Amino acid sequence: MKVIEGRVWKFGDDIDTDLIVPGRYLMYDVAEIAGHVMEGTRPGFADLVGRGDVVVAGKNFGSGSSREVAARALREAGVVAVVAKSFSRIFFRNSINVGLVPVECEEADVIEESQTVRIDIDRGEVIIIETEERLVAKSLPSEVAAIMEAGGLVDFLRIRIGDDTT
Amino acid sequence: MGMTLAEKIIARAAGVTKVSPDEIHWVDVDLAMIHDSGGPRRIWPMLDELGLRVWDPDRVILVADHYVPAQDTNAAKILQTTRAFATEFGISSFYEAEGIAHTLVVEKGHLRPGMLYVGGDSHTCTGGVLGCLALGMGSTDLLGVLATGRTWLRVPHTIRVNIDGSLGRGVTAKDFMLTMIGERGMAGAVYRVLEFIGSGVAEMSVDERSVLTNMCAEIGAKTGVIASDETTISHFKDLGIQVDEGPSSDSDAGYLQSWPFDASEMVPVVARPHRHDDVVPAADVVNTPIGRAYIGACTGAKYADLAMAAEVLKGRRVASGVILQVAPASAAALSRAMSDGTAETLVEAGAQLLSTGCGACPGLGSGVLGPGEVCISTTSRNTRGRMGSPDSKVYLASAYTVAASALAGEVVDPRSVMGVPA
Ligand code: SF4
Repeated sequence: MKVIEGRVWKFGDDIDTDLIVPGRYLMYDVAEIAGHVMEGTRPGFADLVGRGDVVVAGKNFGSGSSREVAARALREAGVVAVVAKSFSRIFFRNSINVGLVPVECEEADVIEESQTVRIDIDRGEVIIIETEERLVAKSLPSEVAAIMEAGGLVDFLRIRIGDDTT
Repeated sequence: MGMTLAEKIIARAAGVTKVSPDEIHWVDVDLAMIHDSGGPRRIWPMLDELGLRVWDPDRVILVADHYVPAQDTNAAKILQTTRAFATEFGISSFYEAEGIAHTLVVEKGHLRPGMLYVGGDSHTCTGGVLGCLALGMGSTDLLGVLATGRTWLRVPHTIRVNIDGSLGRGVTAKDFMLTMIGERGMAGAVYRVLEFIGSGVAEMSVDERSVLTNMCAEIGAKTGVIASDETTISHFKDLGIQVDEGPSSDSDAGYLQSWPFDASEMVPVVARPHRHDDVVPAADVVNTPIGRAYIGACTGAKYADLAMAAEVLKGRRVASGVILQVAPASAAALSRAMSDGTAETLVEAGAQLLSTGCGACPGLGSGVLGPGEVCISTTSRNTRGRMGSPDSKVYLASAYTVAASALAGEVVDPRSVMGVPA
């Protein structure tokens, strides 16, 4: 999978999906929801975050509700990857399905806000550009990486269905 | 080494004889559930884009519960899309405003012990109460299931939660779960399956057991499961459904850990705002006035919960200045409460009866909180802003504690009202 490099926005532990996308916005479409992403924990974040940025967090990122728009809204707001000490399993699956790269990295704590990280999933590492520190990240199982590489589950299914009919 | 109940269900669904933790398997899904919020409005466009139909409409349950009754035209449109989906794809098990999905699949007899059941909601785990592996996922995962009948799973480790002894009067499965989550933290079981066993579980009703599996979502677990037993079989019998005892864990199954609990040591507890793992005995919360008491959600408004509230409220009135709202988890729970006088007791005590559905729990329906409001609620989550304004506060508790606090106008241990020595 291709290497990702992006500016870091740092969050804490247990950032749940109600904080990422509060329920009161659920009725709107993703583009509008993206304008409120992370509002529950850092109001104004949507105005600050840019294309290609990376969210770094502590443990249990994306816990709570299964709302997939949490992952979609981050993606829509420009975030390409989330590096966290651990993920809720539903958020982890949702991220893969919508093409937001979830990176499990137990040492995520040492990454600081505004630093730049380079993420190489295949080699299982996250490098902090400023300090040249190399952190160990979990690589994705091949079954899962296949979905990610297709661009998400919809594209994965499209390819598979194509395979079936040819 | 033998297999746990969860491993057996995955192995069967994967068509293999044995699975082990951390393996990834593609599995056949027995039953899928989607609801109005994450279902048709998100999945239909993707199905169309792929040019696909639903793999088996008879294996799909569709429930309109989050946006019922419509509060505005946006919600009304979401419900129209939901109904249209049922018609277009021939989904016969479509329920609108009949109850919350997780309560309905149990009450309507859709689940069977040993099933692999997947739902587009994080509290799908509730279904594990009937001995199935019930897994919550997001919309695109459900698209994959609806289109192909298959999905991938990583085999989870199982933790055995051993509950022995009996809960005291005024103490509930909700108190047990909050206590356990308070001890272990909201990430205490990430990616694990919790299997509940022991004499304390055996003596609980299906309604109470379902709180154990429901709140597995609040400790980060993949799901919770309770092997079927006599209580399970008689639940199905009452529905006119004949089931055999389903699979159970082998005696030499490999559990990751065992968490022992003595139910008799449990006391009524509350989770304080804004974390559901910030749990303390209700009796320790002093000088905490509440303006709102909410009995609702799949977690806390089943028939058993309504009956608990009525037990406390009978012949009494809620404190002046307190609004007590009751949103039954299903029409069946409501009609049972109406036929045996439970509903009357609630209303006479001053409760407002709200419609059946998710209501204020996700901050969408009737009864949401305004800035500065302090609420005690039978729901399962109290993240800032969950039930409405980010400046509101939510205490989580059992129906006993919520009802007793509504009478007192502040957070109290319900045993003080029930005449039970603490
Ligand atoms: S009642 Fe609350 S917890 Fe249950 S399904 Fe509805 S929103 Fe989710």
